[in-house]
Amino acid sequence: MTSAEKYVTAAYLVVLAVVLAYVVIYAFKLSRLEREVAELAELARRRKEAPEPRPEREEVAR
Amino acid sequence: MSTSLRNSRAAALAAAAAGLLLLGIALAFYWVPDAPLEGFRQRIFYIHVPIALTSYACFFWAAWKALRLLWTREQRYDLESYTAVHMGVIFGVLTLVTGSIWARTSWGVWWSWGERQLVLFLVLFLFYAAYFMLRYSVEPGPRRANMSAVYALFGVVLIPVSFLAIRLAEGLIHPVVFDRDVGENLSGSQIVTFAVCFLGTLALAGALYLNELTGKRLDARLAELKEALS
Repeated sequence: MTSAEKYVTAAYLVVLAVVLAYVVIYAFKLSRLEREVAELAELARRRKEAPEPRPEREEVAR
Repeated sequence: MSTSLRNSRAAALAAAAAGLLLLGIALAFYWVPDAPLEGFRQRIFYIHVPIALTSYACFFWAAWKALRLLWTREQRYDLESYTAVHMGVIFGVLTLVTGSIWARTSWGVWWSWGERQLVLFLVLFLFYAAYFMLRYSVEPGPRRANMSAVYALFGVVLIPVSFLAIRLAEGLIHPVVFDRDVGENLSGSQIVTFAVCFLGTLALAGALYLNELTGKRLDARLAELKEALS
């Protein structure tokens, strides 16, 4: 492999590496979003199961 | 645009990018003959120049969205402009790295401070890198959106300067390909290969932009939901 061939290959591989790195970063982001959605779903479920707080009675004017 | 439509567009663009880039690389390595002066190393042209032009396109897109934000005051354009700058900076990094590799193999140096084209591209890149510092130093809201939009619009002025610098420079070593004699500078096979690679990088940028936009919107909506539920 000549020097020029090595540099040309390196240039194309750098582009591929950056795109792959982006995909990996995006995969991490997606897993974080998935975790947050699961947390919110859990929070919403607990809210639904919890008894409704009684509305405070208005003081009757005497 | 609805999320499902955006996702299907992103998938179509990603498929087009994969196909076009694979075809472009195959054409660059197996179809295009060696350039008379540059020889084999001229093949970096088919990845470096399309990426640089795509970076400019992303910055133009960011400026267009910024202009629409300032014109209509619709906050959704803020996220679109920000995402386009994000993509432009990623393609800017790739332009600098591939350009540096080409400089090393052609001129024997990784960088030349004497070349206006290179220095102006670096200035443009650093300008947009500073966009993030500005954005994250201001509280989210209309004020941040307006400041970011104005900044993105200022940046786009640097693009024609960067693009024309090479034509205004004297004693340059950076090659000029796209001038009035483009037909003489490039053969038919070179133009076709360049066009395929350029369309491929544009499709790649479009797919990444739509994916990133969906992710950022999802992030923002989740934050709103979290605040509402807590």
